[in-house]
Amino acid sequence: MMHEKTITELAAGLQAREFTSVELTQHFLDRIGTLDEELNSFITITPELALGEARAADARIAAGNAGPLTGIPVAHKDIYCTSGVKTSCGSRMLDNFTAPYDAHVVSMLREAGAVMLGKTNMDEFAMGSTSESSFYGPVKNPWNRERVPGGSSGGSAAAVAAGLCAAATGTDTGGSIRQPAAHCGITGLKPTYGRVSRYGMIAYASSLDQGGPMAKTAEDAALLLQAMAGFDKRDSTCSESPVPDYSATLNDSIEGLKIGLPAEYFDAGLDEGVRKSVEEAVELYRSLGAEVREISLPNTGLAVASYYVVAPAECSSNLSRYDGVRFGHRCEDPKDLEDLYKRSRSEGFGAEVKRRIMIGTYVLSAGYYDAFYLKAQKIRHLISDDFRKAFEEVDVIMGPASPTTAVALGEMADDPVSMYLSDVYTVMTNMAGLPGISIPVAPVEGMPVGLQITGNYFDEARLLNIAHRFQQNSDWHTKMPEGV
Amino acid sequence: MSFDQSDVEKIAHLARLAVPEEEAKKLSGDLSRILDLVAQMEQVDTSAVEPMAHPLHMTQRLREDTVTEENHRELYQSIAPATENGLYLVPKVIE
Repeated sequence: MMHEKTITELAAGLQAREFTSVELTQHFLDRIGTLDEELNSFITITPELALGEARAADARIAAGNAGPLTGIPVAHKDIYCTSGVKTSCGSRMLDNFTAPYDAHVVSMLREAGAVMLGKTNMDEFAMGSTSESSFYGPVKNPWNRERVPGGSSGGSAAAVAAGLCAAATGTDTGGSIRQPAAHCGITGLKPTYGRVSRYGMIAYASSLDQGGPMAKTAEDAALLLQAMAGFDKRDSTCSESPVPDYSATLNDSIEGLKIGLPAEYFDAGLDEGVRKSVEEAVELYRSLGAEVREISLPNTGLAVASYYVVAPAECSSNLSRYDGVRFGHRCEDPKDLEDLYKRSRSEGFGAEVKRRIMIGTYVLSAGYYDAFYLKAQKIRHLISDDFRKAFEEVDVIMGPASPTTAVALGEMADDPVSMYLSDVYTVMTNMAGLPGISIPVAPVEGMPVGLQITGNYFDEARLLNIAHRFQQNSDWHTKMPEGV
Repeated sequence: MSFDQSDVEKIAHLARLAVPEEEAKKLSGDLSRILDLVAQMEQVDTSAVEPMAHPLHMTQRLREDTVTEENHRELYQSIAPATENGLYLVPKVIE
């Protein structure tokens, strides 16, 4: 079936005229129609736009100037602005918001000929690890509808896992690509901070936010990253470093690769089943010629605490723009300007967003700056130094993407602190600005598990190579959930 | 770290959020627990550590001081809640 194929296979099918992009797009739209009422992975579906783009793609293929993504149906996380299409960020605040321009990532994928099927569901303003805080209701995990898909890019992860799109975009501020990829059994790459332009990507925590691809395989993720990555002057922190050919090195040998396993990632908080799966995956790497050694990232224990200062601080600043004046939700009959601000914001934001805005406001308020924000930035330096030292010894770092498999829906809804603690293995990477990928390894009791591989700055090509070599020697990435 | 209801009200005002009394109680508990988690930072001495604001230690790129942005007033105001004659409308600020 078409939805089981990778982008590479679909592109070959399109080139060989086995099917057209219009047929392929209609196939995915039909699947969304049948399956997504339950999964709730999409907020907006754009069938007419998609079929129009598919017709254009078919013309481009017929004219012989198609690229590897031409005619491939994808979905965008609803955090990316899409010109003329509702862009809600999972929030009531932006329920009435039609973006006036395209995000850089959206333009780049459109230029490459990819077809947009719609916008995927997510935690409100990307703040959450379960995709339950969306104004549009929780996303269900396709592997078990009573479990969460992870978050915040849970809609993108569930849609890829269930074969509702060939691939999707995500964003990752503290693990929001890697953790849902792990929980849904797909491949998700968070690039180095600055590798992909943040232009038109609705801001949560600007010094941590980074967009990236979510796909079935590392080979597919390489094609997507190729289109997404590169300098864009509209993002002031976008990197000018050259973009390598990510597909060219996928098959390189990993003989002699030095893998570090941080002792802190395998401590008591890690589920035994997840540990076993990750260790098995590492064994496979050993059999492919990699050398494995234990390392230490001594400040791991401080990562969550410092992240939950830096991220809310930046969030409280970024979200001050939602004032009910220029766009977004506005309350009825404001009695004065303060009432307009306060009621528009209180009605527009959900509970988790309000919690983070308040924490951020508190830590930045007069008299507390040094004790919280400055302290957290210093710890950020320590975390970054931990990685720098580790990369003097090893090429990549491996560990679990999440301490457990996906939790039950509602399990963490009333307990923000335990949800925050579950981000322990992923926030480290964002604090340092490093790239990381999660790939599916052996499941535990039928639920997917992700192996997280963290690389040095701008080492995405190596991460994709290492992930691809694993996928050539395993078949976890080919598994699909039952009932889809 | 404990946050009482009056702290919640103060912070809510700074953040321009309206928090009804029944929510303030739950919120004060949530925020206190989050700040207890954050307090783990105190375990480490950072007196000799430089703060890190940005992952890539890069300096801000500057551009030529020329006009690069076109006027999009109509487009941008088409999604605004209330406008008149090209202006955004808000409740009266000055009597």
